[in-house]
Amino acid sequence: MKKSRNRTNWIVMTLIVLGTIVVLFPLYMTVTIALKNPEQMRQSIFAFPADIQWSNFSKAIEMTGFFRALGNSTLVTTATVMLTLLTNSLVAYAIARNMNHKFFKGLYFYFVSAMFIPFQIIMLPVVKLTSGLHMTNLVGLIFLHTVYGLAFNIFIYVAYIRSIPMALEEAAKVDGATTWGTFWRIIFPLLAPMSATVGILTCLSTYNDFLLPLIMISDQRQYTLPLVQYIFQGQFNTDFNLAFASYLMAMLPMIIIYIFAQKWIINGVTQGSIKA
Amino acid sequence: MKNRLTPYYWMTLPAVVLFFIFMTLPALQGLYYSFTNWNGFGDTYDFIGFKNYVNLFQDSNIGNAYWFTIRFAVVATIFINIISLLIALGLNAKIKFRNFFRAVYFLPNILSILIVGYIFNYLFSNVFPLWGESLGLTALTTNILGSQDLAWVGVVTVAIWQGIAFNTILYLAGLQTIPTDLYEASNLDGAGKWREFWSITFPLIAPFFTINMVLAMKNSLMVFDLVVAMTDGGPGRATQSIAHLIYTGGFKGGEFAYQSANAIIYFILIAFISIIQLRFLQRREGDV
Repeated sequence: MKKSRNRTNWIVMTLIVLGTIVVLFPLYMTVTIALKNPEQMRQSIFAFPADIQWSNFSKAIEMTGFFRALGNSTLVTTATVMLTLLTNSLVAYAIARNMNHKFFKGLYFYFVSAMFIPFQIIMLPVVKLTSGLHMTNLVGLIFLHTVYGLAFNIFIYVAYIRSIPMALEEAAKVDGATTWGTFWRIIFPLLAPMSATVGILTCLSTYNDFLLPLIMISDQRQYTLPLVQYIFQGQFNTDFNLAFASYLMAMLPMIIIYIFAQKWIINGVTQGSIKA
Repeated sequence: MKNRLTPYYWMTLPAVVLFFIFMTLPALQGLYYSFTNWNGFGDTYDFIGFKNYVNLFQDSNIGNAYWFTIRFAVVATIFINIISLLIALGLNAKIKFRNFFRAVYFLPNILSILIVGYIFNYLFSNVFPLWGESLGLTALTTNILGSQDLAWVGVVTVAIWQGIAFNTILYLAGLQTIPTDLYEASNLDGAGKWREFWSITFPLIAPFFTINMVLAMKNSLMVFDLVVAMTDGGPGRATQSIAHLIYTGGFKGGEFAYQSANAIIYFILIAFISIIQLRFLQRREGDV
């Protein structure tokens, strides 16, 4: 009985391995289909190809304007993450340090209550509004992603800031630091772990977002990666190998980042959600 | 005193303005349009009161979308929670390469739902039928996404495949907060595995169960990308979710005001379900 606690549980181990096959099988199929041609597909749909069709990638790149879409997605994601970290933490700081004040407390509930509002409710008016403001472009996307993340980010930032002792700031203020100076030089650096969480979550949701670009972006030169997969779906129907090469390339940047930063990403996501 | 607060006011001002313009204002506009007959393109419209709301309740497309979405959300929420709890228990047991497996199981969460939907769409139409034939499973021999009765099963399967990733990691975090000496004590008392789970493990991860139920339910009620990629609402309207109906009706069908009313009802539904869930589940937490 006691021994079993320290020994590997092989039954569980086997089940876990079988489970990973279920998780990885669609990805294996994506890779192999992206590397084959229709002839190789007819021979065996599952086998890894002996002769790799690199031309699928170059054709898919050309067809979808892959690099432009990648550039757009990277621009929107990077800018959204940066703008989110700089602004959302600042607002959360002002609220967290004045929660005993009616105005700031009200503000907190005003922001946080938006977590319950499904995007579909504001979707139709937002398109009308942004087109009136000439914001149906990448800049508009960056602003909207930043604003729509506010509710959740304020929620977790405020909880975190309230756990930072006031004494640190008071000492700085005695030394003559302004409120702004205190934020940038003392609080913002201390927020690094929570900012990592917010940054990761914002990065994932912005990069993978499909609905907002779908309703906002009409100029083909401003398509993001998910939008490109959607728009070109019709043309892919004739050639699955090209389609899968395109899917693989669109997913690859996040997979590569995940492989290197896997530990932080999982911890960050867990931390953020538990705070919520 | 006022002087002390001035910088804090300035800090919140830009966010308040942007939030009001892009969140509150559209929500109020949506509410306003829901009482009109605007089609979304023209210049003129009339104020028609509750007519849209009355019509909503007689519209079979609406009923259909709510039926699909609720059924989808309930099934997805239940399966996601059961399976991810089992996986988390497995990952928390004595196994080798735990961190590697943890990383693999979380992987689906970082992928675009749209692209995942396209990949599974292909698997359902070309790969699973091959398995169905070789295994003699008649249900799988044809593409189930093309069947009025079975398409929703295909969509829900993929939602579960992807949804498990996130909930597993949260359950795992919950399991790691349980002190191991509790298990040692129950072991000494001769408690079996089953008893151990219901008396120790489950009560102690109850808060994680609450979060996971609410998140899985909310995400499933909002399903859109997956529907677009897998069935586009079809065949017929068999897998049209509420979000999909608002999008297609509102942007392409000239039903801007009508779908605004639908969106308001949709919001009430989501808020209602979330609050009920939180209340019910938190009370359960308190009991144990």
